[in-house]
Amino acid sequence: MKVHVRATINGEPVEFLCEPRPSLLEALRDELGLTGSKEGCNNGNCGACNVILDGRLVNSCIVLAPEIDGAAVTTVEGIAPAGGLHTIQQRFLEHAALQCGVCTPGFIVAAKALLDEKPRPTEADARLYLAGNLCRCTGYDKIIRAVLDSTNGNAEETA
Amino acid sequence: MRQIEYHAPASLAEAVEILAKAGPRARPLAGGTDLIVQLREYRSDADVIVDVKRVPELTELRLDGDGLVIGAAVPCCRIYEDEQIARAYPAVFDAASLIGGIQIQNRASLGGNLCNASPAADGVPPLIAHGGTCRIAGPSGEREVPVEKFCVGPGKTVLERGELLVSIRLPRSGGRSGSRYERFIPRNEMDIAVAGAGSFIELEDDGETIRSARVGLAAVAPTPLALANATDALAGRKATAEAFAEVAEAARKAARPIRDMRGEIWQRRHLAGVLTRRTLEVALERARAAGNGTR
Amino acid sequence: MTTTKEQPKQYRVIGTRPIRHDGVDKVTGRAIYGADFKIAGALHGKVVRSPHAHARIKSIDPSRALELPGVKAVITSADMPRPKAKMVDLGEGPMNALHLRNNLIAEGKALYRGHAVAAVAAVDAHVAEEAARLIKVEYEPLEPAIDVRAAMEPSAPLLHDDLFTDDLGETAKKPSNVAKHVCFEKGDVEKGFGAADRIFEGEFNAVMVHQGYIEPHNATALWNADGHLTIWCSTQGAFTVREQVAEVVGLAVSRVKVVPLEIGGGFGGKIPIYLEPVAALLSRKTGRPVKMTMDRAEVFEGTGPTPGSSIRVKIGATKDGRFVVASADMAYEAGAFPGSPFVCGMLTVFAPYDIENIHIDGYDVVVNKPKTAAYRAPCATNAAMASETLIDEIAEWAGLDPLDIRTKNAAREGTRRADGLVFPRIGFEETVEAARRSEHAATRLEGPYRGRGVASGYWFNCGLKSSVTVTVNSDGTVNLVEGSTDIGGTRASLAMQLAEVIGVDAEDVRPQVVDTDSVGYNDVTGGSRVTFASGLAVIEAGKETKKKMAERAAMLWKASPDDVEVEGSTYRLRDGSKSIEFKELAGKLGKTGGPVVAQGSVNADPSVGGGFGTHMVDLEVDPETGKVTILRYTAVQDAGKAIHPAYVEGQIQGGVTQGIGWAINEEYRWSAEGRMTNASFLDYRMPTSLDLPMIDAIIVEVPNPGHPFGVRGVGEVPIVPPPAAIANAIYRAIGVRLRDLPMNPARVLRAVLTAAGTPPEDE
Repeated sequence: MKVHVRATINGEPVEFLCEPRPSLLEALRDELGLTGSKEGCNNGNCGACNVILDGRLVNSCIVLAPEIDGAAVTTVEGIAPAGGLHTIQQRFLEHAALQCGVCTPGFIVAAKALLDEKPRPTEADARLYLAGNLCRCTGYDKIIRAVLDSTNGNAEETA
Repeated sequence: MRQIEYHAPASLAEAVEILAKAGPRARPLAGGTDLIVQLREYRSDADVIVDVKRVPELTELRLDGDGLVIGAAVPCCRIYEDEQIARAYPAVFDAASLIGGIQIQNRASLGGNLCNASPAADGVPPLIAHGGTCRIAGPSGEREVPVEKFCVGPGKTVLERGELLVSIRLPRSGGRSGSRYERFIPRNEMDIAVAGAGSFIELEDDGETIRSARVGLAAVAPTPLALANATDALAGRKATAEAFAEVAEAARKAARPIRDMRGEIWQRRHLAGVLTRRTLEVALERARAAGNGTR
Repeated sequence: MTTTKEQPKQYRVIGTRPIRHDGVDKVTGRAIYGADFKIAGALHGKVVRSPHAHARIKSIDPSRALELPGVKAVITSADMPRPKAKMVDLGEGPMNALHLRNNLIAEGKALYRGHAVAAVAAVDAHVAEEAARLIKVEYEPLEPAIDVRAAMEPSAPLLHDDLFTDDLGETAKKPSNVAKHVCFEKGDVEKGFGAADRIFEGEFNAVMVHQGYIEPHNATALWNADGHLTIWCSTQGAFTVREQVAEVVGLAVSRVKVVPLEIGGGFGGKIPIYLEPVAALLSRKTGRPVKMTMDRAEVFEGTGPTPGSSIRVKIGATKDGRFVVASADMAYEAGAFPGSPFVCGMLTVFAPYDIENIHIDGYDVVVNKPKTAAYRAPCATNAAMASETLIDEIAEWAGLDPLDIRTKNAAREGTRRADGLVFPRIGFEETVEAARRSEHAATRLEGPYRGRGVASGYWFNCGLKSSVTVTVNSDGTVNLVEGSTDIGGTRASLAMQLAEVIGVDAEDVRPQVVDTDSVGYNDVTGGSRVTFASGLAVIEAGKETKKKMAERAAMLWKASPDDVEVEGSTYRLRDGSKSIEFKELAGKLGKTGGPVVAQGSVNADPSVGGGFGTHMVDLEVDPETGKVTILRYTAVQDAGKAIHPAYVEGQIQGGVTQGIGWAINEEYRWSAEGRMTNASFLDYRMPTSLDLPMIDAIIVEVPNPGHPFGVRGVGEVPIVPPPAAIANAIYRAIGVRLRDLPMNPARVLRAVLTAAGTPPEDE
């Protein structure tokens, strides 16, 4: 039997019907066309699918889609302001903090959650907070620098 | 993942009813960090999923004069964000803040950790060290079981058909007491423990003599292990390196580990001793700091 | 930090750090990777894989799967055309077409756990997965060959009864798991060992490791009713996919179009094909597009990791620390089918050093493990672990600093490699010198259980074929149409070279990676070749663009093209009477003969280029747990010329990190039956941000004489030294030399306890 899910995704009210078994990640990608969240491991060990669920950073691959009924979800597609970039995104570009880019959405969302909690993190804070996000290309050096160089706002405001 | 049913009851009675009706086909869903993965990998036969995060008793986190009640579905982040809990139950704080990464801690619960009954569960030794009790609800009412008796084998618990872990109660912890959980993992985060130890120490008013002590171990036996003779070995003695070394040796002897992809038998036995000593040392420091009011 | 040896040329664009062209799409989640691709009416496919490492397939019964509502088709090897067992060049070096095909779906025998035996297509991914579990395969398990040395023995279980060793060019009479034996010789090793004051030797074992790219393999295929096949996938080489798929499914290459989507990492592992032909055959059978994605366990068990190895090395030195002779016996795991890159291990093992007498034997050995693939300088890291740690022993014995002994024995321009290649200008010594002058070297490391280690490494540039097209837009920008899939910023590094040649800004070049119908042939993004070799094609196209633009200027001025000179973006008559900027001229193309389109294509010479690196690491060992913590890491590398220094640093930092993971944690753990027991990101422990310090990358620039800007490929060198550097540092920390990878906590702890006289007792 399909489940009726009502949620707020990136500030927009969304309704959809789904089987109980898809993950939130599958619902985002397959039902809602939001393919920015990536599947890297599908068991909570790489962070590529990170979204913010009711203010908390989670791996959307290990949330069942029906669980988000009534919840608010922010995905990578909801980070940037209209027509611009969030400062985290801008700093990732400036610091060359991505290579293949497939882990990048997860890192951007995780960095957003970090800065929401701690606007001025130390390197140790950032390394701890981002340890659930695997990157295989960069060695994390430039990612950490980009995050430490970010403030939690739109790029225009901080430029 | 096979086809599943999803329920999200709003009351304990309703949850128990669904669980009882579906029997072994049913599993409660809290953070889902173990269960959803097991379903996806066909490691669980369950196909009736009961999301218990809308049941008030399971999401309650209450610290009062009697102690601490941790609802079975309370995510780790709520535990470590509470400064009073961190002060009174530091080993629980330690474990809650090192399970998985932030993303896991935002979902995973200690109750789920317990019900998953992994021998390597980080959340369980601190609950053992703090003398925790499980509150279980079922079709024929409620019962209580000490945390160290809850797991009966890898993936197996005392829960009967229709029963549900509601919460874990830890007795009042204060005065000159301290606790610590540490585990060994090859990386610094995200791994499952090769071995883990949680220690609790309460000091007499002299700040030197041990009144009581408890040690719980992870990943060295088919279930999380309560080191039976820690209090016997330490109570009434001064907190010295020799005393701790004896308990560490007892931990090495009590360990009955297996060899798997995460560790060797000798390695786990060795680590059980090292971690027991290290956690006793930190627990002692914390107990002293608590006694001096500096914690 | 960049140090330049020779007087640098002045560049406008090269050496700057512009924002990459595909950056905004990648930070906003808009970039379309293989798994993000959608096409109407698509079915989803799933592979059925062998649970056994070695087993005869007795029967396959799909009936229960086909009864499941939503299931559309099942295929087995019977549905796959059977090519002749012949060697064909499919873009990644020659391989046996039958082996390629049998790796995609097993025929007769499953040769490793995870080997595909059947595949199913259904209406969605969940149904396909359920159906795959309903396909009943009956196996007769056979004894597997797991250990590489044991597999070489005549008594070992045979994987292929038609595999006869190619022994130095002679074909053996009896079948064997040894697919090939190659030998390189230089000088006279017997004389060399006689002349040595001391001979250092050791056996070094390494287990398989995986590239660990975050994006799993994926492919969507549409076999159209007109007989044309289109494949959308994430690959390091769209043309390589085209060649391989065409061979396997029996189509002419012109009938196959491969559309490369964004790729989430490869490191060599996304050169072979896995899902593409399977999806194609399911599409043919169902008449609908079929999409397939692997899960992480399938990636570990069903795709190509890099070979484990057993390497025996001897180096003879004189008292003053001069290497006079070296030999190596190198056995690499090919996996289930022949064709590991073992020769690369042989080519690199002693390459940084000028050694008069060398003898190297190399063996390609099949074992019941996944067919191996390239992984960033494949086979070179295993080799450097052996040679670079023995060199550390020699330095200690000779009383020399580890950097000094490298300078003393360094290969230079004119040094002959063991295989005969004579090095052109190379920058090895310069990397050692830069390491010596680094801040890291100037800082003392203090404290118990701490140690500093040094190691060097080498990797070539493989050259090969590239084609690009440049079109000039009326607003003065240019489009760069290329076919090298962009894994780590090559759109930017190619666009920058074009911008430099034609005198525009990097942002004025719009690079696009297109499908196999839309650009000339391009070999893979691999072998550290894109910025180097596709760069050469870009430079050629840039020069042609300038020539054509000069002709247009001449036409505009009614002058002879010979009278037009070009400086940067300015086109002027030699007498100085007229001049026009590129951008303005671009707006006048309509009046001067229409669009300007230029092309470049090369088959680049692999004998030039090649890069060296020298690394320094500080670490601490916890003697009670065996855990190694990396405290500081500096990697020096000769990049020839860094086009975009930030992405060069990124390559170095990323390679170092993979090397660190390989050194201390990563491994395929095997059960006795040949089952990988840690096929997840939970237990295959790649480094997290919390496991590392910042990685200091020092770029040395000794220009490559084979490239106009001096570019050397940079992607692969940095993974070569880390395990050896870390082994050398662990020795300084605990006084024990470790020789097997990974140097995980259990191994380090065992070494510490054993050295203390309390060796652990196995229970």
